[in-house]
Amino acid sequence: MKLPSLRDVGTEARLLLIGIPVLIWTMLPIYHMFLFAISPKEDAFSGKLWPAHPTLHNFHIVFYQQHYFLRDFWIQFWNSVVIAVAVGALTLLIATAAAFSISRLRVPGGRWVMNLALFTYFIPAAFLAVPMYRTMGIYGLLNNHWALILAMVTIASPYAIWVLKQASDKLPVELDEAAIMDGATTLQLFRLVYVPLMMPSLVAIGTYALLLAWNEYLYAFLLLSKDTEITLPVALGNFLAADDSPWELLMTTGFIYALPPAAIYYAFKRYMVGGLTAGAVKS
Amino acid sequence: MAITLSTSDHAIPGAPLSARLTTPQVWGIVLLAPYFLVFVAFVVYPVCYGLWLARHPSSYVALYNDPIFARAAVNTLIFLVVGINFKMMVALFLSGFFIQERSWIKWLSVLFILPWAVPSIPTILSVRFMFNPEWGMINQIIFKLTGEDGPNWLNDPIVALTMAIMVHIWKSLPFWTLILMTGRLAISHDLFEAADVDGASWWQKFRFITWPSMQMLYITCTLLSMIWTLGDFNSVYLLTGGGPADLTHVLATLGIRYLRLDLLDLSMAAIVCALPLVLPLVYFMMKRLSR
Repeated sequence: MKLPSLRDVGTEARLLLIGIPVLIWTMLPIYHMFLFAISPKEDAFSGKLWPAHPTLHNFHIVFYQQHYFLRDFWIQFWNSVVIAVAVGALTLLIATAAAFSISRLRVPGGRWVMNLALFTYFIPAAFLAVPMYRTMGIYGLLNNHWALILAMVTIASPYAIWVLKQASDKLPVELDEAAIMDGATTLQLFRLVYVPLMMPSLVAIGTYALLLAWNEYLYAFLLLSKDTEITLPVALGNFLAADDSPWELLMTTGFIYALPPAAIYYAFKRYMVGGLTAGAVKS
Repeated sequence: MAITLSTSDHAIPGAPLSARLTTPQVWGIVLLAPYFLVFVAFVVYPVCYGLWLARHPSSYVALYNDPIFARAAVNTLIFLVVGINFKMMVALFLSGFFIQERSWIKWLSVLFILPWAVPSIPTILSVRFMFNPEWGMINQIIFKLTGEDGPNWLNDPIVALTMAIMVHIWKSLPFWTLILMTGRLAISHDLFEAADVDGASWWQKFRFITWPSMQMLYITCTLLSMIWTLGDFNSVYLLTGGGPADLTHVLATLGIRYLRLDLLDLSMAAIVCALPLVLPLVYFMMKRLSR
């Protein structure tokens, strides 16, 4: 066995000197949330780093909706699920069709639409929020799930189209030619050649749109207001309205709300990193 | 290209539009139509409506006379110029740390991505509670250690804005570190080996190899981050709510504040005022990405 040289120890120590603060910085808010979730009410404010009596009682209260603030927990959870899935599916449908049309069929004006979409992508979403709110009011969609679904599809599509177009530009044209030689119609080309080949990018984009919708706060809180219509993040924000809000329950609900996207992210990390970050900034 | 060529012999120039289009092109229009409709209904119409709301010069006079607007504009600039540059420098530094080949660094990088993977609302609220002057964990610990009450963190506009920036950095640092890591990994290893042979120092390797290859990526990332940060509503709204005394608003939260006060024209005018700042950045990014 070789003993590490003094120089190696020095390098390792310096790396640890960076690594430990990074770990603390990253985990602190999340650990704080977790600590509240497993602390009984009286322990939560003691400033201890680990509760004397860790408990799952808070989860019990949330799951059985045993608090005034949590009356509609399950219906709000369900709203979040429905909206996220709908946004994921609709964005995929719209963006895949558009990317196929622009990249493979070379539809006249396709490039122009692409640039318009890209332009939307760069306009900060918060700038569009106020006019979007008014527009939804004019369309009569306020307090309707469709308002949030359509708004999120609008926000998610530009990036989706752009990433899918980049990916489909890389597919060789010979594939399309061969399929057409064999007598494939345009729709068959789309269904049997294009979609299967694009699968990894489609998974990445579907996940991207789903997470975007699940995490959205601003639009959800503008467009929906009834307690049984809102999504979980809006419900979490509403906790702040009261002075005596039960923090441990808020943190427990927040923890439950944060779990699905984290799980999805790690499950699809492979696709997300390959499909999204490569496209996010082309160097 | 090949598709349109192979069937283009059906196309007769000068014929009515429907006859001039080939079947794939008709399908192309049909498949593009859903996005186009969404775009017209939910981007073009709201944008035009917003600009129409902001048409009166009097709105801009009112805005000019509102000290909260001036404060929000300054806060936004601080957020962008100080916050984002600081964040990107840290990201550049950490990207160098995370490409080190150690198994514990690999594990750390899995955890490091968490802030990006979890929704921002619960974590921002968690920070807000942590810094609560009476019950928050930070002041509890300060009290235990020193026997004195800690400061009222979020009640000081400068501290509160700094913390909003910190929350923003906490959330988005992993993403930019990841992007800059891909940039660093793309640099050929031979260059560093050659530099080692020549006895180059750590700083010389960064200055003459890493930085020249990452310069464009770094600048693009910084600009993109600035554009997106303009729309960062959550970090400020959920942490400080714009307070104390409306001193920590940024443009994104100010628009919503005016909406709450039923001053729609001011809300839109505030956004129009930001356009001279946003549009050049957007133009530059489009030039970079639409090649």
